[in-house]
Amino acid sequence: MNPVARTVLQRLGLGLITLFIVSIIIFSAIAMLPGDFAKATLGQSATSETVAAFQREIGIDRPPVERYFVWVAQMLHGDFGSSFASRTGYRRTVAEIIAPRLYNTMFLAAVTALIAVPLALGLGILAALYRNGWFDRLVNVVTLTTISFPEFFVAYMLAYLVISRDTFIGSDFAQSMPHWLAVSLSWALNAVPKFPTLSNVNDQTPFWEHVWKVALPAITLTLVIVAHMMRMTRAAIINMLASPYIDMARLKGMSPMVIVLRHALPNAWAPIVTVVAFNLAYLIVGVVVVEVVFVYPGIGQLMVDAVKSRDVPVVQACALIFAATYILLNLIADIISIATNPRLLHPR
Amino acid sequence: MKSSGPGSREKGKDLLQIRNLHVEGFSDERWHPIVRGIDLTLKRGEVLGLIGESGAGKSTIGLAAMGYAKPGCRITQGSILFDGIDLLAVSETGRRRLRGSRIAYVAQSAAASFNPAHRLLEQTVETAVAHGIASREEANRSAVDLYRRLQLPDPETIGFRYPHQVSGGQLQRAMTAMAMACRPDLIVFDEPTTALDVTTQVEVLASIRNIVEEFNTAAIYVTHDLAVVAQMADRIMVLRHGLTVEEAETRQMLASPAQEYTKTLWAVRKLAKPEVPADEYLLTIDHVTAAYARTVKVLQDVSIKVPRERTVAVVGESGSGKSTLARVITGLLPSLSGSISFAGQPLSKSLKMRPKEVLRRIQMIYQTPDNALNPRQTVEDIIARPLEFYLGLSGAQRDRRIGELMHMVEMSEAYLDRLPAELSGGQKQRVCIARALAADPDLIICDEITSALDQIVQEEILKLLMRLQSDFGMSYLFITHDIATVRAIADEIVVMHQGKVVEQGLKSEVLTPPHPAYTERLLSSVPEMDPDWLTTLLASRKI
Amino acid sequence: MTSFEPIAAIQRLRRSRATRAKTALKRAPFSAWFGIVVIFGYVFVAVLAHWIAPYGETQVFSEAFAPWSQEFKLGTDQLGRDMLTRLIYGARNTIAIAVATTLLSFAVGVSLGLLAALYRGWLDQILSRAVDVLMSIPSLIFALVLLSIFGSSITSLIVIIALLDSTRVFRLSRAVGLNVAVMEYVEVARLRGEGARWIIAKEILPNVMPPLVAEFGLRFCFVFLTIAALSFLGVGIQPPTADWGSMVRENATLITYGDVTPLLPAGAIALLTVSVNFVVDWFLHATSGLRDEK
Repeated sequence: MNPVARTVLQRLGLGLITLFIVSIIIFSAIAMLPGDFAKATLGQSATSETVAAFQREIGIDRPPVERYFVWVAQMLHGDFGSSFASRTGYRRTVAEIIAPRLYNTMFLAAVTALIAVPLALGLGILAALYRNGWFDRLVNVVTLTTISFPEFFVAYMLAYLVISRDTFIGSDFAQSMPHWLAVSLSWALNAVPKFPTLSNVNDQTPFWEHVWKVALPAITLTLVIVAHMMRMTRAAIINMLASPYIDMARLKGMSPMVIVLRHALPNAWAPIVTVVAFNLAYLIVGVVVVEVVFVYPGIGQLMVDAVKSRDVPVVQACALIFAATYILLNLIADIISIATNPRLLHPR
Repeated sequence: MKSSGPGSREKGKDLLQIRNLHVEGFSDERWHPIVRGIDLTLKRGEVLGLIGESGAGKSTIGLAAMGYAKPGCRITQGSILFDGIDLLAVSETGRRRLRGSRIAYVAQSAAASFNPAHRLLEQTVETAVAHGIASREEANRSAVDLYRRLQLPDPETIGFRYPHQVSGGQLQRAMTAMAMACRPDLIVFDEPTTALDVTTQVEVLASIRNIVEEFNTAAIYVTHDLAVVAQMADRIMVLRHGLTVEEAETRQMLASPAQEYTKTLWAVRKLAKPEVPADEYLLTIDHVTAAYARTVKVLQDVSIKVPRERTVAVVGESGSGKSTLARVITGLLPSLSGSISFAGQPLSKSLKMRPKEVLRRIQMIYQTPDNALNPRQTVEDIIARPLEFYLGLSGAQRDRRIGELMHMVEMSEAYLDRLPAELSGGQKQRVCIARALAADPDLIICDEITSALDQIVQEEILKLLMRLQSDFGMSYLFITHDIATVRAIADEIVVMHQGKVVEQGLKSEVLTPPHPAYTERLLSSVPEMDPDWLTTLLASRKI
Repeated sequence: MTSFEPIAAIQRLRRSRATRAKTALKRAPFSAWFGIVVIFGYVFVAVLAHWIAPYGETQVFSEAFAPWSQEFKLGTDQLGRDMLTRLIYGARNTIAIAVATTLLSFAVGVSLGLLAALYRGWLDQILSRAVDVLMSIPSLIFALVLLSIFGSSITSLIVIIALLDSTRVFRLSRAVGLNVAVMEYVEVARLRGEGARWIIAKEILPNVMPPLVAEFGLRFCFVFLTIAALSFLGVGIQPPTADWGSMVRENATLITYGDVTPLLPAGAIALLTVSVNFVVDWFLHATSGLRDEK
């Protein structure tokens, strides 16, 4: 068989196995719940009948292996079970809770990726080409600082900027500094667009209004991701430029442009794609915090709420979605790396 | 195709003039001189050999001839005049225009210097097309022609292969074709055959020499191997510590070197220990077969005997299985079948099964002392450990013994608190020898222990080993690819090829004809200091 | 001795490790100095929290969300506790928990990673595959799942984060360990008959210290940020323990009124991680420079 096809199939198989194991781990979450869990969920006043009914519903009375397969089979049909929070009267399925929020999260991630990926790759390549110059040093310090910031710090800083557009001049903080400084700062703050600091959207929100509302979360995520991604791009390119064949290209009298485009880039796809995938995966995690800050109805916020209320079916479904996306991204990166490797494309 | 010795070609006007060249390199947080005032003149069509030990600055000069300094290096002084153009005064664009088209470069490691993402042909014609010297079709046709002249197999199609699909020797020739693509006036060859096996080296040397002669290209040939430079160069310049020692026509230089240093260089490789036949055998390897991953057989039915107080040299090229043999003897790689006995006792196949006493009696020394010495341990730590571990020495006894060992390997005790990074290559290898001696072994396996060293240092190490053998009477199993080393030290020789023993016997028997075919090819491929050697060899092989 | 030793070896003066460190420190850029000073400042505040804090950690005053004043330098929080006091105690709690987590993560990750590098074979296979799987779930998500099961006590927080983070430490120490384990001096030790403990402690560990030290700094930042994020989300360090992440969340509403106070604990987190990153960046630079020297 063609080695590319074979390696790709191997990776696919490996990805599926990983997903399988991950699903077992996530499933075990329910099996590992402490015994008094039902009471804790239903409240101290719950009668023994309600507890028993609840336990029957989540299936604790059946053997775990059977429950696991039922769970998987249901999930494959799009049935993620019902939320623990649905007990009082009406049933709320996990799927119907998650679906609109998943769309919102994907929307935010897509907007961020569209800004961040080209920006980071461009900046990273520039920093690598002019390494050790002032641009590179500046970028190094700035990105090092940004990646050290907690996401919520960046998020609140941005929110604060937008809010203080109107409130700054009257604040204690402004009173405590010289008047001229306060005035000029306030003037500068007026240049900040009046982004919404609450990203409250629903399924009726028109597309462009949706984009406008996710502006702040998207900028926050972009700042964090771009720093990571461009540092890694820079490192990958510098690593590449140190290879003997790049020296050889220089000694063949090739121009810097040709060296980068013809000699470095074809070998750089694998590292660059890995960098992008890694950071998009990172984006998934960043989403959780940022959604909470801006009260954006995405899957991250949902998961945090579910963890707090110990709504396990929802936590499971969210975790599975996050993990599957993560595995998928890495899989795609692997496959692109394989498909651009000349040693595999052209076997001996 | 005419095939004459060096020095028989017409020389033109001066092509390259380097005056008072100074190059510095950045290390240890400051700039160090690498090249310290070199003058060099090269005529059109002339081949100049730059020879010297490591750190002589020969590669740096080769690159400077292209107006290029490696990253971390800088040209600080001097002028480089190429065909009337001052390479240091002209702009980077100006230099770039010359590189590849009028001055080309052939690197040591072709495997690393070819871009893995492009076919050989694309890379060969790239310069000609980029510099606007030829159209793509012309360049392609010319490349195929060059492949043919360089005796590459399937010249029509080999260009469509990727670098990883071609062998090392072929890749080195393809790189010469790439350098030749624009018919440059000057090619810089930077140790082009150093990474190759001797039998491959001969073919590549012949191809390079032919094509350089054919196009009357001037060349700077950088190497540390005297015998190689004798075949390739019209004129030789000897370098040391970034300075010129002397410079002369090849034949004159070989016949009567003027400087003391050059004479010493020339004198090495003359060492030859008289062989002594065996009395009694220490190690007997009997029909041993070994494999990695159970399938790839690297040793097939190998039987070798190592006599007491003698040296057995195992000779072979890369892939012959000679290093695997060492791993089987030490127990790092348990054999699949066959048996080994040591001092009359059967030796367990696996390292873990062997008692400490057996481990003590077989010691090993490696090719690169840099890898064999822990960079975080001092010389004292390194030598003391076997004394404590095997012999349980401590305190004054231990210190006295360490002193004796340092004395045995001819090193001052002042080195004891140094780290390996603070020693020279030869000193590091001496520390490795002292560590092996500390265990008071019966057999020392030496795996290419001199190949990473400069030739003068090699000679000193070999002399030291011989003296130690006559003083303490241990046996050596000496693994090497270098016939000169074998001549110097061996009593018996084992020739290996593709995992099998081709021939074994006393040194005189193996080295005198008639030989089995492989031994013949191996021995005849070893370059000699005679400038006519390659010509004569090629003539004899054509028949 | 021979007269043909390269000059470099003769010229090189023997320099002790201490003098090397001193010269390296002298050449340290401003960012590194800034980082070192800030880190020492944090440690000082954390250790002496009990003595410098104006009030008790959980002492409640009558006015919630009080503005900055003489009495409450940075105002009070949503329950009327002094912000400055909470910030100071937060330094102690947050840093101590993060350091404990990182230490645990390193103890597990480094020992398993080096063992895997030394023995390879089935041990390495099992550990590496397990780590692959663990790492295929984003660690914050995994932490959320585990916390939803085990609840957010400080012990479970430390154990869960350390376990998840040790996968990365494992990967790194296995990789650097492999680079060293294939060196011939390790083979020499094996041939000599040395045991695993000696080989790891004397042959491998000293040679992998620089990357591991740098990694310790980076992992600390990561752990610190993860815990802060979890606390911010309300599933990390639980009240009434003072902690910077939860302080931001609890007082976040103030930002809507243009008050910077909730940004202070967030800024405190950012300043510490920035400082650690600056020092690590310089350390990596300095140690890679030392490697060239060989």
